[in-house]
Amino acid sequence: MADTTLKIATRDSYGKALVELGAKNDKIVVLDADLAAATKTGAFKKAYPDRFFDTGIAEANMMCIAGGLSTMGYTVFASTFAMFAAGRAFEQVRNTIGYPHLNVKIGATHAGISVGEDGASHQCCEDIALMRTIPGMVVINPADDVEARAAVYAAAGYEGPVYLRFGRLATPVLFDDGYSFEIGKGVMLCEGTDVTIVATGLMVGEAVAARELLANDGISAAVVNMATIKPLDRDIIVSAAEKTGAIVTAEEHSIIGGLGATVAETVCETKPVPVVRVGVEDTFGRSGPAVELLHLFGLDAANIAEKAKKAVSMK
Amino acid sequence: MDAAAKKQLKITACKVRMGIIESVYNAKSGHPGGSLSAADIITYLYFAKMNIDPSKPQWEDRDRFVLSKGHISPCLYSVLAHRGFFPVDELKTFRKVESRLQGHPSMRYTPGVDMSSGSLGQGISTAVGMALGAKLGGKKLRVYSVLGDGEIQEGQVWEAAMYAAAKGLDNLVAVVDNNNLQIDGSIAEVNSPYPIPEKFKAFGWNVIEICAHSFDEIEAAFNAAEEFKGKPTAIIAQSIKGKGVSFMENQYSWHGTAPNAEQYEQAMSELKAALAELEG
Repeated sequence: MADTTLKIATRDSYGKALVELGAKNDKIVVLDADLAAATKTGAFKKAYPDRFFDTGIAEANMMCIAGGLSTMGYTVFASTFAMFAAGRAFEQVRNTIGYPHLNVKIGATHAGISVGEDGASHQCCEDIALMRTIPGMVVINPADDVEARAAVYAAAGYEGPVYLRFGRLATPVLFDDGYSFEIGKGVMLCEGTDVTIVATGLMVGEAVAARELLANDGISAAVVNMATIKPLDRDIIVSAAEKTGAIVTAEEHSIIGGLGATVAETVCETKPVPVVRVGVEDTFGRSGPAVELLHLFGLDAANIAEKAKKAVSMK
Repeated sequence: MDAAAKKQLKITACKVRMGIIESVYNAKSGHPGGSLSAADIITYLYFAKMNIDPSKPQWEDRDRFVLSKGHISPCLYSVLAHRGFFPVDELKTFRKVESRLQGHPSMRYTPGVDMSSGSLGQGISTAVGMALGAKLGGKKLRVYSVLGDGEIQEGQVWEAAMYAAAKGLDNLVAVVDNNNLQIDGSIAEVNSPYPIPEKFKAFGWNVIEICAHSFDEIEAAFNAAEEFKGKPTAIIAQSIKGKGVSFMENQYSWHGTAPNAEQYEQAMSELKAALAELEG
């Protein structure tokens, strides 16, 4: 694990990785819908203005332009906020990117509650649920800067549609540069015997902190980083269910349809054990500083630890 | 075009129309009305205009075609089959399980289909993406898209129109098949998109108005579009829904209805008679 005092928003990692990729591969094209400064694709725009297209405030059009461009031999990254990428343009993504299985990477930033002050209209907690129902769509929610950059590289090297979920909030860097990322592989970060915390995105850092809280209470928790939500690493989930007999999921997303749901579906069909979900509890977000909101909605180590104890008690 | 070429195009378009009726009749579903209205234009594109090679459907320098009004797949499939992308007899499998001919065009199933479509308003945006890609890659190829006049009620069409003009995509041509009818009735009564030419002009397009059933006008329009630099071209094509089958003409009820056996026989006999006259 890396020095966790360093904080970087994964949207910054996205912009940085795009610039690096652009230098190596002249088939990388980036689209944005008037949010280049916020999604950080502006860095790519500055480096490779000929391969950057700003479609203006028209996300539906942007997604389909991305589809068309990809058929001309380009690897296209289409970027906007998660709310508009997965929400507003859902049907365009489904029919014009997903159905033809085109080589488009959706770089969705500002996902989840940690958008902060902009409030519920911009806090997308439904995107994982929406995107994972599209056949053939890969859904990746990186935990930190290192994993986010690695995921961008992996997405570019994968032939087909990928949804990449990035955050606005600067969060601790968890991994060092030796960390290797593979699409569809969960990573066991810490071993444990009583319960497994399966976390994604910025909740991975909270899960590691929750493990310490649980240790103080004599509970041994394993922690799995599940960056790829689809295709899900079923093996690591089944193994966790078998070894620890209880699972807690943690995500900055609705408890409906996201990581918790896919883990519960998998556990029910393979090795039924208690699964308790930590996430946004079927409610809209609200305005406020991001860190305060994360605590308000229970997206923190304390709530994960509490839910872990509940899961253990259900064994 | 000379008289012989025009006659051959009319013969081909008539055969394309027979393929449309054959497809929809065998599937017992599909969209004959708009297929028949656009048959001359799409026939012209594939037989006289577009730089394509049926033996190499994935050839990267080919011109591209996006059927934005994807529900008239019977027309596109019939044209592709007659052009040699797959056997004409395969049209009878349209919409059946195991068929390569899905209800709406799918580039993953059918050779010659450049883009999946069917959800209205999206095809024109993908055509814009192709035209952008062609320019980016320094390719001379051109991109053609056919839209329905009802389809342009979709707001996304105007997002695409705004962007295509803003980027000066003169390698893009959008044809509006203006047959004046949509599922629920006349487009003027349901939600009028008129005046259509003025709307495209206001969005910064070069606009040409033609009769969709005159090969002279079709050819002149596509040639003029190719000459025109700096703007995309919209061809507003006045057409007759159901063109070529008397009882389907100008009837919105034939938007998405298959003929029964008796109607099939009548439609085919009308088209066979027209073909015999052309070939005679």
